[in-house]
Amino acid sequence: MDLIREQMKIVIPALNAGFLQTMRLFFVTLLGAIPFGLLISLGSMSKIKPIRVFVKVVVWIVRGSPLMIQLLIIYYFPGLVWKNPIWGGGETGRFLAASVAFIFNYACYFSEIYRGGIQSIPIGQEEAGLVLGMTKRQIFFKVKLLQMIKAIVPPMSNEIITLVKDTSLSRIIALQEIIWAGQAFMKGSQGISGAIWPLFFTAVYYLICNGVLTMLLGKLEKKLSYFK
Amino acid sequence: MSVILEVEHIRKSFGDTEILKDISFAMDRGSTLSIIGSSGSGKTTLLRCLNFLETPDEGIIRVHGEKIFDAKECHNKSDAEIRKSRLHFGLVFQSFNLFPQYTAVQNVMLAEELLAKEQPEYKARKKEIHNNIEKHARELLSQMGLSNREDNYPHQLSGGQCQRVAIARALALNPDILCFDEPTSALDPELTGEVLKVIRELAQRNTTMIIVTHEMAFARDVADSVIFMDNGTICEQGNPREVFANPKELRTKQFLARYREGSS
Repeated sequence: MDLIREQMKIVIPALNAGFLQTMRLFFVTLLGAIPFGLLISLGSMSKIKPIRVFVKVVVWIVRGSPLMIQLLIIYYFPGLVWKNPIWGGGETGRFLAASVAFIFNYACYFSEIYRGGIQSIPIGQEEAGLVLGMTKRQIFFKVKLLQMIKAIVPPMSNEIITLVKDTSLSRIIALQEIIWAGQAFMKGSQGISGAIWPLFFTAVYYLICNGVLTMLLGKLEKKLSYFK
Repeated sequence: MSVILEVEHIRKSFGDTEILKDISFAMDRGSTLSIIGSSGSGKTTLLRCLNFLETPDEGIIRVHGEKIFDAKECHNKSDAEIRKSRLHFGLVFQSFNLFPQYTAVQNVMLAEELLAKEQPEYKARKKEIHNNIEKHARELLSQMGLSNREDNYPHQLSGGQCQRVAIARALALNPDILCFDEPTSALDPELTGEVLKVIRELAQRNTTMIIVTHEMAFARDVADSVIFMDNGTICEQGNPREVFANPKELRTKQFLARYREGSS
């Protein structure tokens, strides 16, 4: 116990630094995937068939294959196959590649949630707006948008919580997020080696983070429960 | 009385199915027209054409003698022109279609407020305009007997109350002609009564109305004229007492007989 207390002074700051990188990847993914997902969902509902088919095939591939493989391909493919390491080296390059992989992957999941949200709004809402002389734009922003947000908050909450945990997959390309930071003390780092508890302890970070998120998203859901 | 609406030779098909086959009729300002007929006879499609939710394949629609729709010219009409034409008509739906995230009074105000925002003087007199619109909306709701329900959300209201809010919402824009698409079909008999009462009051105040309905007694008592539609055509039209008491066409006789059997 004393040993662990000793090690904590070194381990906790290292885990904090790793968690910071985890959080950066989390927020960058959300910021990118939320709007990009809308674009993909519009594509998957496009009236132009080639666009619709193309988008649906892409979404199928991205949702149908492991995120870990996508990370590896996106990170290594340019350097190994094109002989052009577009991501650059070091932590910045890894972060860039991870961000692209995560945004793309999550945008595809979000797009399906958006599609469900958009299609869940009865056609009568649009028709009521039209006969009241509203423009399509006004109908979208003043009538449909809030109903759509209400419909997608619960499934989005699920995905967002999964995203927090999924960031750990970026360990596979050695991004220095919290799993990487915890694992370092097994192999040996800053005078500590063979310690497995730091890796186990990373779970506490995820738990706390998801606890806070669950609470916040629950509040949002409650806020939107004033109408049905 | 002056003619307010003239519908000339309207045709509409969906795919190979012709839903409206050469529909023509006219109505006077301040009168009430009811349209009856069995399901699938084209009543609802006709109302939807008048409100430009469907575009007729052929035909002309005039309001106050002014041509607001001509199938021959409709392809080069802009969205703004269609919007303007739409405002001649109001439509009350069978399923109310209130906006769930707004209170009753907000539902009534929304469209009027959005229209006001497009006026050049809106910015300067924002507060005043907003207050006027709100006052108007509250008056309409109290006319509908909903003074104490103004600030409720649709899910807190009964079906009959929702439908009365929807009527107030349609009236807010002062349409020349108010259309009702089976306004009581989604309501139980008790709630049907309160909605019909409101429509009857509107008729007494000479609101120009077209009512598609399955309430035969109501169609007979409230309307100034009635149209019986069958299979996409106007089979018979005239004074409701005449048509209900002595239908001339065989199809009308059969239809009304079936209703009498059903209600007895």
